[in-house]
Amino acid sequence: MRIQVKVNGTAFESDVEPRLLLVHYLRDVLDLTGTHIGCETSLCGACTVLVNGHAVKSCTLLAVQANGAEITTIEGLASDGKLHPLQQGFWEEHGLQCGFCTPGMILAAHQLLSRNPHPTEAEIRKGLEGNLCRCTGYQHIVKAVQYAAEKAATGGQ
Amino acid sequence: MATKYLGERIKRKEDPRLIQGRGHYVDDLKLGGMAHLAFARSPHAHARIKSIDAGAAVATPGVLAVYTGEELKGQVGFVPCAAGLEGLKIPDHPCLATGTVHYLGEPVAAVVATSRYGARDAAEKIEVDYEPLPAVLDMEKALVKGSPRVHEHLTDNTAFVAKLEAGDWNAVRQDASLKVIKQRLINQRLAPASMETRGVVASYSPGEDTLTVWSSTQIPHILKTQLAIMSKLDEARCRVITPEVGGGFGSKLNVYGEEGVACFASRKLGRPVKWIEGRRENMLATIHGRDQINDLEIYAKPDGKVAGFRCRILASMGAYHQLLTPAIPTLTALMILGAYDIKNVFVETVGVFTNEMSTDAYRGAGRPEATYIIERAMDLVAFELKMDPVEVRRKNFPSSGKDISMATGVVYDTANYEKPLKKALRLAGYNRLRKEQERLRKKGKYLGIGVSTYVEICAMGPSSRMPGGGWESGTVRVEPTGKVTVLSGTSPHGQGEETTFAQIVAEQLGVSFDDVTVYHGDTSVVPMGIGTFGSRTTAVGGSAIYYASERIKKKMAKFAAARLGVKPGELLFRDGKIETSDGAKSVPFGSIVVDAYSAKTLPAGVEPGLFEQFVFEPPNYTYPFGAHIAVVEIDEETGEVRLRDYFAVDDCGRILNPLLVDGQIHGGLAQGIGQALWEEHVYDESGQLLTGTFMDYALPKAGCFPWFHTANTETRTPVNPLGVKGVGEAGTIGSTPAVVNAVVDALRPLGVRHVDMPLKPEKIWKLMKGNAGDGGR
Amino acid sequence: MISESFEYHVPKTIEEALGMIGEFGDESKVLAGGHSLLPMMKLRLASPKHLIDIGRIGALRYIRESEGQLELGALTTHFEIESSSLLKSKCPLLPETAREIGDVQVCNRGTLGGSLVHADPAADWPAAMLAVEAEMVARGPHGERKIRARDFFVDLMATALQSDELLTAIRVSPLPARTGDAYLKLHHPASGFAVVGVAVRLTLAESGSIGEARVGVTGVGAKPYRAEETERLLAGKSPTAKRLEEAAAHAADGVDANSDLYASGDYRKHLAAVYARRAIQRAAERAAGR
Repeated sequence: MRIQVKVNGTAFESDVEPRLLLVHYLRDVLDLTGTHIGCETSLCGACTVLVNGHAVKSCTLLAVQANGAEITTIEGLASDGKLHPLQQGFWEEHGLQCGFCTPGMILAAHQLLSRNPHPTEAEIRKGLEGNLCRCTGYQHIVKAVQYAAEKAATGGQ
Repeated sequence: MATKYLGERIKRKEDPRLIQGRGHYVDDLKLGGMAHLAFARSPHAHARIKSIDAGAAVATPGVLAVYTGEELKGQVGFVPCAAGLEGLKIPDHPCLATGTVHYLGEPVAAVVATSRYGARDAAEKIEVDYEPLPAVLDMEKALVKGSPRVHEHLTDNTAFVAKLEAGDWNAVRQDASLKVIKQRLINQRLAPASMETRGVVASYSPGEDTLTVWSSTQIPHILKTQLAIMSKLDEARCRVITPEVGGGFGSKLNVYGEEGVACFASRKLGRPVKWIEGRRENMLATIHGRDQINDLEIYAKPDGKVAGFRCRILASMGAYHQLLTPAIPTLTALMILGAYDIKNVFVETVGVFTNEMSTDAYRGAGRPEATYIIERAMDLVAFELKMDPVEVRRKNFPSSGKDISMATGVVYDTANYEKPLKKALRLAGYNRLRKEQERLRKKGKYLGIGVSTYVEICAMGPSSRMPGGGWESGTVRVEPTGKVTVLSGTSPHGQGEETTFAQIVAEQLGVSFDDVTVYHGDTSVVPMGIGTFGSRTTAVGGSAIYYASERIKKKMAKFAAARLGVKPGELLFRDGKIETSDGAKSVPFGSIVVDAYSAKTLPAGVEPGLFEQFVFEPPNYTYPFGAHIAVVEIDEETGEVRLRDYFAVDDCGRILNPLLVDGQIHGGLAQGIGQALWEEHVYDESGQLLTGTFMDYALPKAGCFPWFHTANTETRTPVNPLGVKGVGEAGTIGSTPAVVNAVVDALRPLGVRHVDMPLKPEKIWKLMKGNAGDGGR
Repeated sequence: MISESFEYHVPKTIEEALGMIGEFGDESKVLAGGHSLLPMMKLRLASPKHLIDIGRIGALRYIRESEGQLELGALTTHFEIESSSLLKSKCPLLPETAREIGDVQVCNRGTLGGSLVHADPAADWPAAMLAVEAEMVARGPHGERKIRARDFFVDLMATALQSDELLTAIRVSPLPARTGDAYLKLHHPASGFAVVGVAVRLTLAESGSIGEARVGVTGVGAKPYRAEETERLLAGKSPTAKRLEEAAAHAADGVDANSDLYASGDYRKHLAAVYARRAIQRAAERAAGR
């Protein structure tokens, strides 16, 4: 089936098997390998991307379901070579170790801050419930999100 | 000594690529003509393979080959086990089962196809006719005479028996003043569950007769040697590359059958072959952790001093030995006395075969079990003698702070157990908490305070004690432009040593941190090394790199001394210069680099170039320690446990980067607390896995934890030049007993003295109802 | 991770969808948000030959008030429910339940209709649907019919929806005066599903005693149910702690409770009583405040 999507601002048109998962489409067809696969049961969130502005688990979406959608992956988050405040936060606060969960974690945090620019610690933890990290114990991730929230509040300065 | 980089909170060099999705993990690799591998696995814990019909799979479009164990016979060697124990039985462990399957998920056949989806489709079509055999799942039943055997050709299910005995047990037994406390502890099976599953790309080049393997591994060099042996290839023609590795926690400190099959397939087909493990496969067929039954006997004096300690360890091996399977519980025996001066010890360790996936190193690897045993024991003594658990610990701390010879035979390098304990008690407000507990108890509320004062063994280790050697290599190369390349024999995978090692070398050479680049994990680029595990990378690998940079300095100093007309020993390396200590005479670092490479005027006996290697052999392990305090609240109606607060004071020796140390502790805590409260890998009586996905296996989430309050004390070790002890596993080791102790402490008014992990609400509820036996099971 | 192959169909209208359901029958499955069905397909526990993706039928995605009733299109996502100001003011139980469902990503894609039709015994929505006496609107080849929530959940993973029908909307009555509601659950530590979940809608009479209480329970048995004995014991009584406890103690009467690795049947029944009491308590407090 023919699909059209816009990924990180670039339009793509592809012929795909209906069962192809969006995550495999992004990784194997478009070579956007920053989106990862960590489980098979929609729990770990490593595959999180934004579809029309909503964080979704791209392992639980068929590529054909995304036909016509605008998609943002981790590769599309920095603009003009400038890191997104969340990316800066993860770097500053040591919000990652092995880095495998990080792209999904950042995009889930992106969704959280877009809905709630000033989350409490508890709200951050709840907002990241759909993303598993085995390395960090989450505390530095919470700090990374707090860093980004603060950065956004002060106009990115 | 003033430092510029060591001890500083420095952001990681690894991060820019990873936060932008530009790191490359093994599944991100695409090679021309690459085929995909998928496995058909056993649905039985124990069964005879009567026949395999691969007809439909072979006929599937895009399928290049289907292999079974019979085809691999004589072509691919067995999965290796490196553990050397007296009398150890090592059953043959083929990459694909032949004749009999011994655990659920054992690979039975392999399919290679042109696409990922096609390989899976074909693997589903492989028809295997099995004759189920009785499965052995209970370790105690497995040891009963006449039990069904995991391996029919072996006499019984005992893999090995090891004994450790010291002291005067006659005297202990005759001392009527001693209170004897007995307890069984169960240390449940766990899933390491790194977020990235295993994966491998094998690429055999028929023209060059070379094999290149990209593997998500912690041990590229060992893997290269072992794959060469398994594949019967000239090792010099084999190369292993580790791309980014998405976590390992011990589970990738191994050599797996699937890797052997991928190499075989690539060689047969003459094209690259990729295998990426699914999560369900990962839960079934990547090594598991822990799984011990511990029977304790504690001989305590009335004042709380422990005179003797006995333990029988039953350790599940699973069906086969993986690389270090039998060695893991031997570490439990070695560290069973923890931070306590106990003169009389007896430990019997029995390795038991069961029809389950192999156990092996999982974060802590045998030491979390030891710490759990001894830290629960201290609380049991406190319970029986009605003492404060802190007091019991203090009664048993050794008086010496250096070279402490333990009855188990190990010698602790440096120790100051009181220091972190005092700090943790203050941080937690221990006395205040006890008063709050008293108040709440009167209202029928359950508040628990749990303490653990652990010591662990790491920086593994002296080669005399390590199966494949315990040294590590480091290479420092100053490039002609003055930039510095570091080659590390260890292969970190998230721990951040690209940063730490750059700190060490920048500090040593007086160059900018940004000018140092660290490489690891490519056996054709980096000289031989051992790997990243056992909290050894900074302590052992970092020391090799430290000494390699010392060699560079020595050489550069000779060049500089000749130029400046001073003695080499008078020179310091700082701020991009090589200068006398008073700064009166100096020469830019870069100009000496040019001297070394242009080689126009060589000091006597000095070779051109600036690349130096050092292989560091540690004289001892290191023994980090610390004190953890957990505070829990229990819902008096449902038994739900809420971890209210957590305080961790860890002493990992000298701290090179506090940001990274915190990160290691936090992650360790999450895993250790995870074992105490939620995680368990469970097979049912027929050997089916009940926890095969993240829908059932409870990996901790962000909302599971309170804010961790962490602090450190710094007691340096003389074992290495950096004074660092290691921190990768401390959090996991210290936290599990702290949490369990807290929950049991909460239930103390009910007379509960032990609950087995994980502390699921139903167990606690039953105890509160008063109708569960000891252990809450 | 990889499902079997299937043919994919994208109807634009409800009528077109019904036509496809009729045509492909048992060999087809309807795909809404995909968060129940796709995981099953990826584990190859479900392998439909035809997948009918109703996700693009805009007419199934709305939250509106009409004729004094609140109506939600079957494709309304959990997040849309959680964030609906209309529902927050007129039927707060639904946003409160949505918040307890899954994580952000699941709530962005998962739909009310999809969850209800899947009928997982540990799902959250059924408890709320029972407590608010929702009506399920089903469309089939012979037109539309309404199914009461208590008739909708038939058994484990089975509903009253016929194989040729499509669930199109869910109707609920807005919160009456002096009425409060609440949803409380014990989350499974891995899946996040309800080990036990209890939803309550409770109305106080002018006198301050309980007029009517409806208690929906999920997670305990093969199908969600109304705790009728509890409801009976509450009716007409003043909401004292003792009364509530006595009534809630019957929240799992006669239920053949599920047992698994995490919680035995006995424990689930106990949890049902505890969570029922707490949810009733909270609903009563809220009712008193309105």
